[in-house]
Amino acid sequence: MATISTHPDCVPVVSYRFGKGATAIDKYLELDGYKSARKALELGPDGIIGEMKASNLRGRGGAGFPTGLKWSFVPKQAPRPKYVLVNGDESEPGTCKDRLIFEHDPHSVIEGVIIAGLAIQAKMGFIYLRGEYRYLLKIMEKAVEDAYAKGFLGKNIFGSGIDFDIVTQTGAGAYEVGEESALMESLEGKRGVPRIRPPFPAVVGLYGGPTIINNAETIATVPHIFRIGGAEYAKLGTERNGGTRLFCLSGHLQRPGVYELPMGYNLKRMIYEVGGGIRDGKKLKAVVPGGSSTPVLLPEEIDIGMDFDQVGKAGSMLGSGGVVVLDETVCIVEFALRTMKFYQHESCGWCIPCREGTDWLKKSLTRLHAGGAVDKDIDNIRYLAENMLGRTFCPLGDAAAMPTLGFVKKFRKEFEDHLEGRGCPYHKAREEETALV
Amino acid sequence: MSTQSGQPGTIFSPALAARFDKLVTLYPVKRSALVPMLLYAQDEVGYLSDPVIAEVAQRIGITELDVRNVISYYSLLRTKPAGKYNVQVCTNISCMLRGGNEILEHCKKKLGIPNKGVTPDGLFSLEEVECIGACSWAPAAQVNYDFHENLTPEKIDGVLAGYKAANRGTGK
Amino acid sequence: MADVTFTVDGKKLTAPAGTLLIEACRTHGIEIPAFCYYPGLSLQAACRMCVVRIEKVPKLQTACTTPVAENMVVTTESPEIAQARKATIELLLGNHPLDCPVCDAGGECELQDMTFKYGAHESKFVEIKQHREEQQWSPVVFFDRPRCILCYRCVRVCGEGMDVWALGIQNRGAGAVIAPNKQDHLECEECGMCIDICPVGALTSGTYRYKTRPWEMNHVGTICTHCGDGCRTTLGVRRGDDGMDIVRGDNRDKSGINGDFLCIKGRYAFDFANREDRLTKPLIRQADGKLAPVNWDQAIEFAGKKLREIRDARGGGAIGVIGSNRTTNEEAYLLQKFARTVLGTNNIDHHRTADYPAFAAALNHSIEPGAGSSGTPALAGKAEASLRDFASAKAILMLGNDPTEQHPGLAWQIRTNVRLNNARLYVANHELIKLRRQATSFLQIREGDYPALIAYLGGDDSALDGNGEAAKLREAIRGEESLLVAFGSEFRGGDVSALVRFGSLLPTVKFACLADYVNSRGAADMGLYPDLLPGYVPVGAAAHFAEEYGSALPAQPGFDLVQMFDAAERGALGALYVVGSNPIARYGVDPAALSNTFLIVQDMFLTETAQLADVVLPAANLYEKAGTVTNAFGDLQMVKKAADKAGVRTDFELIVRLAGALGADPKKLVPFGRRGVQADFGQARGAQSGEVDRHGVWLAAHHLEPKLSPFDPFAILDEIQRLVPAYNVPHFELLAGDDQHLRPGLVRIEDAGSRRDLVLPSNDTLFSSGTLGRYSQMLSSVMEARKPAETAAD
Repeated sequence: MATISTHPDCVPVVSYRFGKGATAIDKYLELDGYKSARKALELGPDGIIGEMKASNLRGRGGAGFPTGLKWSFVPKQAPRPKYVLVNGDESEPGTCKDRLIFEHDPHSVIEGVIIAGLAIQAKMGFIYLRGEYRYLLKIMEKAVEDAYAKGFLGKNIFGSGIDFDIVTQTGAGAYEVGEESALMESLEGKRGVPRIRPPFPAVVGLYGGPTIINNAETIATVPHIFRIGGAEYAKLGTERNGGTRLFCLSGHLQRPGVYELPMGYNLKRMIYEVGGGIRDGKKLKAVVPGGSSTPVLLPEEIDIGMDFDQVGKAGSMLGSGGVVVLDETVCIVEFALRTMKFYQHESCGWCIPCREGTDWLKKSLTRLHAGGAVDKDIDNIRYLAENMLGRTFCPLGDAAAMPTLGFVKKFRKEFEDHLEGRGCPYHKAREEETALV
Repeated sequence: MSTQSGQPGTIFSPALAARFDKLVTLYPVKRSALVPMLLYAQDEVGYLSDPVIAEVAQRIGITELDVRNVISYYSLLRTKPAGKYNVQVCTNISCMLRGGNEILEHCKKKLGIPNKGVTPDGLFSLEEVECIGACSWAPAAQVNYDFHENLTPEKIDGVLAGYKAANRGTGK
Repeated sequence: MADVTFTVDGKKLTAPAGTLLIEACRTHGIEIPAFCYYPGLSLQAACRMCVVRIEKVPKLQTACTTPVAENMVVTTESPEIAQARKATIELLLGNHPLDCPVCDAGGECELQDMTFKYGAHESKFVEIKQHREEQQWSPVVFFDRPRCILCYRCVRVCGEGMDVWALGIQNRGAGAVIAPNKQDHLECEECGMCIDICPVGALTSGTYRYKTRPWEMNHVGTICTHCGDGCRTTLGVRRGDDGMDIVRGDNRDKSGINGDFLCIKGRYAFDFANREDRLTKPLIRQADGKLAPVNWDQAIEFAGKKLREIRDARGGGAIGVIGSNRTTNEEAYLLQKFARTVLGTNNIDHHRTADYPAFAAALNHSIEPGAGSSGTPALAGKAEASLRDFASAKAILMLGNDPTEQHPGLAWQIRTNVRLNNARLYVANHELIKLRRQATSFLQIREGDYPALIAYLGGDDSALDGNGEAAKLREAIRGEESLLVAFGSEFRGGDVSALVRFGSLLPTVKFACLADYVNSRGAADMGLYPDLLPGYVPVGAAAHFAEEYGSALPAQPGFDLVQMFDAAERGALGALYVVGSNPIARYGVDPAALSNTFLIVQDMFLTETAQLADVVLPAANLYEKAGTVTNAFGDLQMVKKAADKAGVRTDFELIVRLAGALGADPKKLVPFGRRGVQADFGQARGAQSGEVDRHGVWLAAHHLEPKLSPFDPFAILDEIQRLVPAYNVPHFELLAGDDQHLRPGLVRIEDAGSRRDLVLPSNDTLFSSGTLGRYSQMLSSVMEARKPAETAAD
């Protein structure tokens, strides 16, 4: 059982009910559960969206799009049914936060879906968990069943005359399905290949109907916004970056864990105070601040507030909140290779630059790490990454190219150290890698 | 595999067949039930055999080719049997930093099989997998759907021994 | 939609709002490269080659998914864009095998062309390439995975275009691969569309692969010799040991009435022409009863002498002639002229696969039955649908027939129209035909209920057990502003008139009467009937024919095909001349019936009929001659000579030669030089390359009509056009290769009569084509491969 970590700086909003037995619906109700949904019913669609906009909540999936604004794009009148879709396909390496929400507070997700549904006048919501989270499906299914039993779902929810249904399911192993349009494809029983946009999901989404798709943490935050008030929530964070979020600290820390901290919390402090600093007295080498797709930051670049704008200004991205900390023993080439191996494995293969680029880069990085490369190869790695960037069908290509560019630019010397048969100065390459040289 | 079953015309157990009957009614389109159906079928049969594919295709009303296109896209779906306990070791970045590769190597030695191998007794199979969402509790592995976190070689030995014992307990 | 104005590369352009940028640019002559984009198929945005810069948009955009917008400013070529495209090609070439020197697509490969254009000449890829062995998926389809660039054109054309859905995409990332529906092989309609549409050499054809290089062939666009759709096929021919061999059939030339489409027969079933057992020497039956080769003069003289003797001794009525569904209009016309003016007989017929005389009569009748020719013809000639019409009609009623099997070109046009234009398709059939999947409404009736259905549609509620579907169909059809009606050979005689009468009650209606072979319609139009002259003129009303021919024609109707064999059996048929037909097998005639009949057979092979012949004359096929053919829809098209086979003669030449041997004046038979100027295109003396075209252009430019040698079929086209007004289409466009729909005025007769028993539908499938089909190795091997799995392919 995964648990939330705590630190005096933590501000439990989303994690307010974690560890309190809130999977049981009665306990959830006891802890102010489903009050927000009732409040939202009173507010009506415009009121809900107004409150959401006031909260300055930005999408917790990675792109950081303002949630209230996203909801407001859904047309009031539509020829097809509207849907709410929860993206619980958490798979960005370095990220393990949504899991805690489903495990400890499943009803907050359900309540968030209900509120989102009320906001856009949808009659149906879907909660899509990644396939690896099968144990969470059981928890979610039970929670949904309990909510139906209480009349919070189904016909005439809360006696309001409004009907709302929720279906839960899991995926079957595909990072790409975390991309919103690929998620819709997957939910429609197809290969998780993204769709051409426009049209955007808010207009033509799931089953052709207007759809809002939000990350699980985003949706789970919604009831809390109505619990404490949108403006109050906004105040917890920084300008245009309302509230708190779950940061997943991993890597070479003394105390890795998932911590709920205010938006804009200082990264350096996060590493050294919250995470307890680098383990075994080693020195910090680099930080990947928002999941594996975000460009690496050097130790001298980490004195920044962790919100979408400040991390962006520092040349990286806040992403999904996965802070991966690397100490001095890490071979950057190996790290870059492992990152690329992931994207190569997860590329859906639809478009040429991503399909071919990730494969080629994986091969070149493997060879480089094992000592089989020459100087020109480093330039070529950079060339390939540069030519993938912005040219692919969906952001996965960027997600593979951006960190690669960061590693080559910031650690060129370390790449050069591997050349001309020298191989990795840190670790022996894995057998299958040396076989390629 | 199980060809004997309670319901005529299905290769699945009566409970699963009933579940599938309901599953296709939950969504606005039948096909949405495809991925969940494949997962549940795999859980029961062990893998997605030709008869499984044929029946799923027929239940959803799509071609077997369509079903295969989908199966081959998702990494959790398999068309060949795995071990009874499928050991999936994460070696992605957060786990790698904390010894995921060592856990994988240890498992290879311990089970005597390579990545994607199956032990001769069919009890265990081993797979190197991508991020499973246990980064803050790395290194981690999943055995079937169970998570095992903060692993060390000693700890994974215990985990494997536990499954072995559990298997003996079932008497199979 | 309203037009919008936008700027591309500094040029102001306009296009209807909603037009895709890539199409708008192409229309204005600005070519934006693309691998995955294909007009008419769903959008992919996968290849990223069509990226362009749109002002005020941060990233490069794909022109294939961007609709044009007012005041949009676009750059399609710049160093930035060239670099993006170059990089995309470099990425593609990374794992591409670069086996261009042996690849079938080498020389006509879009990847090669793009590489050349964007200069991705430096090979940056030094990693290990992923190799996979090539796979044979069917007798016609081979797959070479490493060459595949995953543009998904094949997947889409098979699914969206063909409604077969036999190709899929499996795995993901670099492992993504096109996969056939039966894991290691294909079970499909074997149309080969996937091969044609493949921009590289990933999908190659079983008949062509590794045979030649594209530049070693001449490419001749002509008309397929098989079904009644008359699709254009492009034949690749190469010099062989005994002439020009056909090496490949495909659809490079998409200007034909079939658009993008070609089926297995049009693409692969040309191989009969190259068979070893083709007849290349005339044969005469010897005293020992065996057929032995002789030279051409001997054969012609012998056949001519025998025919003359029989004619002179017993009269023309003792001679019968059977024509072909696969010879040209000129040949069919010449054959009836030869029969009537040289042999002096009306005993002429052909294997009828549709009741065109009834159709012609019905179209010519006025609304009221029995009004006859005195009333104003309601639909005369105006109401026939071209095959092209089916691609754009708003509503189509399909009665009987199974177009997917029997008229695949028509089926394609209908499917495409439904898919792209939301056309409404109404299908009534006694079988669950595949085309019902595109139908707005489908009605299954009993096989004998077509007449009842027409009566029901016409308002007779008692005619059909008016279940809900039938009522729905009737109501829907009555609501249509305009309707195309295509009907199969289930409709004959009075059924055809009833159907046309029903149609004439609708606001705007056009009909198509489906027949089975490439020139079934032409054979009918050209008067291969015992009672009808060209243009369905009754033999008793032949004054203007007699005038044109300069001789009297027999006035009494002759024997039809069945009567000819009856006559032979009772000893009343002294001679039978069979051109390109196999009645013995087709009609199950007892060979003994012909034991007292002198039999001349003109064919490519020693068919069941030819085996009985006294004289066998080896004939050229439709791919080895020039002329015109008329498809079932009345679209007149030119066939061009593609191949050559030493030893054979065209049917046209053989008829002229035979007439000569009978003592007829060839100049009278073929109006050679009778009107207009006389010109020799050089066939006799061996034309210089290009001379034919050169002279043709010059003569046309000088308003001179070329009159050719008596062996040239075009010499007789003028005469056909004079006598059959419907065929009087613009000569120049016809010769230029454009299909011309027949003009009104084809039909003249007043009374159809019932010829139900004389129509014998061939019931061919996608993989059969009468006697000719049996001589196609490819068709045979596909049928063989399908045998064990011949279940519902639906």
